[in-house]
Amino acid sequence: MIKLTLSMPYAGLLLALLALFPSTAQAQVAVHGKTIHTMAGATISDGMIVIQDGKISAIGQAGQIAVPQGFRVLEANVVTPGLIDAHSTVGFSGILNHDHDQDQLEHSSPIQPELRAIDAYNSQEDLIEWIRGFGVTTIHAGHAPGELMSGQTLVAKTSGRTVADAVIVEARAVAATIGPAAQKTGSKSPGTRGKTMAMLRAELIKAREYQDKHRRAAANEKAGDKAAEKPADKAIDKPSDKNPDKTADPAADKKDEKPSEKAADKPSRDLRMEALGRVLAGELPLMITTNRAQDVSSALRLAKEFDIKIWLDGASEAYLLIDDIKAAGVPVILHPPMARAIGERENQSFDTAAKLVAAKIPVALQSGYEAYVPKTRLVLFEAAIAAANGLTFDQALRTITIDAARILGIAERVGSLEVGKDGDIALYDGDPFEYTSHCTGCVIQGRVVSEGPH
Amino acid sequence: MRIGVFLASCLMVSAVTAMAQDRPLAFVGARIIRVDGDEIPQGTLVVEKGKITAIGPDEHVPIPLGANKIDVAGRVIMPGLVDTHSHIGGSGSLGGADGSGPIQPGVRIYDSINVLDSGFKRAAAGGLTTLNIMPGSGHLISGQTIYVKLRLAHPKPKKIDDFFIADAGGAPLGGLKMANGTNSMHEPPFPGTRGKSAFLVREQYIKAREYQDKVARAAGDAAKLPPRDLNLEALVESLQGKRIIHHHTHRHDDIITVLRLAQEFGLKVVLHHVSDGWKVADEIAKARVACSVIVIDSPGGKLEARDSSFKTGGVLEKAGVLTAFHTDDWITDSRLFRRSAALAVRAGMSREAALKALTISGAKMLGLEDRIGSLTPGKDADFTILDADPLSVYAKTLETWVEGVKVFDRTDPTDYLYAIGGYGAGHDQAPYLCCFENADTGAAK
Repeated sequence: MIKLTLSMPYAGLLLALLALFPSTAQAQVAVHGKTIHTMAGATISDGMIVIQDGKISAIGQAGQIAVPQGFRVLEANVVTPGLIDAHSTVGFSGILNHDHDQDQLEHSSPIQPELRAIDAYNSQEDLIEWIRGFGVTTIHAGHAPGELMSGQTLVAKTSGRTVADAVIVEARAVAATIGPAAQKTGSKSPGTRGKTMAMLRAELIKAREYQDKHRRAAANEKAGDKAAEKPADKAIDKPSDKNPDKTADPAADKKDEKPSEKAADKPSRDLRMEALGRVLAGELPLMITTNRAQDVSSALRLAKEFDIKIWLDGASEAYLLIDDIKAAGVPVILHPPMARAIGERENQSFDTAAKLVAAKIPVALQSGYEAYVPKTRLVLFEAAIAAANGLTFDQALRTITIDAARILGIAERVGSLEVGKDGDIALYDGDPFEYTSHCTGCVIQGRVVSEGPH
Repeated sequence: MRIGVFLASCLMVSAVTAMAQDRPLAFVGARIIRVDGDEIPQGTLVVEKGKITAIGPDEHVPIPLGANKIDVAGRVIMPGLVDTHSHIGGSGSLGGADGSGPIQPGVRIYDSINVLDSGFKRAAAGGLTTLNIMPGSGHLISGQTIYVKLRLAHPKPKKIDDFFIADAGGAPLGGLKMANGTNSMHEPPFPGTRGKSAFLVREQYIKAREYQDKVARAAGDAAKLPPRDLNLEALVESLQGKRIIHHHTHRHDDIITVLRLAQEFGLKVVLHHVSDGWKVADEIAKARVACSVIVIDSPGGKLEARDSSFKTGGVLEKAGVLTAFHTDDWITDSRLFRRSAALAVRAGMSREAALKALTISGAKMLGLEDRIGSLTPGKDADFTILDADPLSVYAKTLETWVEGVKVFDRTDPTDYLYAIGGYGAGHDQAPYLCCFENADTGAAK
């Protein structure tokens, strides 16, 4: 637990460097907490965390940690890792709720996994400042539920001037919806549950064929390289002549001087199929927003059929299918406990997080998406409700720190206070879950990005 | 024989229920938050025939002969919460006026409430006992509101008449819902600007004054009375101060417009939501107008609410404004109403004012402060029992009592479902086995 990584000569050198490069050097910060919830082992009483160049360089008992000279020391009664919101639309669904600041959902087509989150994220949205005021330092955000496949998601820190400054994972998942939210009449969207699944399956089958085609073309290309020596092999490996690009382009047929046979056989790129290819390859989980038990079952069935990684999102009735979810090894990014329990969410319950955690299903909490108000919820407040309804303090805090980080695949950087991890820290003047406590500070990669009380 | 036993047990149950209402009840040993006086660390609350008859430290309150003594040591008792702005039970577009025009004061929400709505059960699970049920805010004047008590076990309500709070003549009490800002601006005949909005309302109030004068001049002479006009009648009631105006308003300039309107026509107004209230707190205080504040987890959702803040309650309190909170249910969840006050305390409001803002201050805004809102002898026995401090996230509402009858009990499995489950919990209305006797089941007779 206790690591002293700074020798005095090194600190001296660092200070010299700071003096040399004052404008480029990062602020150097230490945090002294009466209670530090590290989320990696025991809670530390009277602890100290040193953050150097954005990373935690030391953590342990205050008396045993040397804080380098010149570091600003922040004081707090309670310290936690920077909070993680496992599913947000902040940065996409703006504070004003006007057409011009709503980029969370593209209605032109029901299936558009090719939409990248980085192309839509507003890193200077007011609500980002709002949530970091309450200790939220990392968000998994992107296209919202409401279409079959609405687009990709990203992981970002809640600071940074540009999307490039903020983003830590450019594409983290593809967002999908199974349930009435994605059903529409008189459009290209499905009108029923049966059609919903048929469309999703058809698209994934198409993606698989696209993948196969590309794989064959790549193999062909490889074989083609050898073909200079062994032309006979080529005919055997050549894919069928169903390449639409080839037949659709009469000019291509005319060209006897085609650049090469290999290039013509290579199917053209399709961004949608590429995105789904990454889902099929297990690189991008399909985050399926779904609430009714029957729709949760459909999501699990889809995952099994295509052997893809999924996250259940929302999952209001997950408590009815605990054994199935557990057997499938699928994590749940649970609806905010305070979300409005209307429509397909009418059977949600304050104690679902407690039931899932008791069954040892990985659970993260989210702020979710609201069409009206609040434009964002705060995972701090949502975890508080979970803590008041069956989760222990520690379990509730895990759902917005380390467990969220593990589900999102970012635990090597964030989610707990350990040496080597990002210096993302939230400071409070009391029990962080109590309504009347305050978030007194928020640090991201060693920079103080918010000072309370909030 | 078995039927006989069943009947006997039914009789016993009803006897106990009857006793609960007839025999005095003494709640002993609780920490009591009276709201209109100092907290009592360990006190007794005596309830008889639906009213509070005594309250004080255990050692000072004699338990009446024959009283049912209930041990509530370690619990907290506070007045039933008063929600000055709720939409529970309103069917259709929140139950008020329709899309035919911006000014419809003659429409009563009284005529559109579903008392079987599960929202009432959830409100009781949050410790609420009195609600002002309002029509929506899509009109300049969207209709008459109604003040109700959650009489969920007096016995089970079947119609709105089982719920409302009556005036001396037995008619339902309520206010008038008005709005300005962007919610009430639409295509014509609705206004498209703020200037037009204010004009349309002033024009109506001038008409209402003339109508009022005509009625007065007629002095009861039927021949001279103008034809009855339900819209103008409701406006006249507000001119007379009999119908308090509950005015939806967010932006600072819209707030000032309401104050101007109130002054011009001498109206009794409560400002609702007041997102920008903290910017014009002194002006509100000077006008001696009360505010009912909404607390939302983040600002925005529309341009006029982008500066809404947890600090509003505290700023208004310091300026000397009578301040309450409301749920606007379903905008916020009635079960979490105490949270609104607690978040205001987080942002600077005093604990004392925040607890009043959930109870007596709201009662004052409904003109019901003589009947409800504090634990005072003579007032209705509306109260809630908690297991911890009301401003703590960990505090659970254990029981809610309305007029001396328990309407929520967390240990009851059905009630518990309403306390933690969603809107589907228990569903609004179970099917009745009304017609089985004559049903053709196909079975041989």
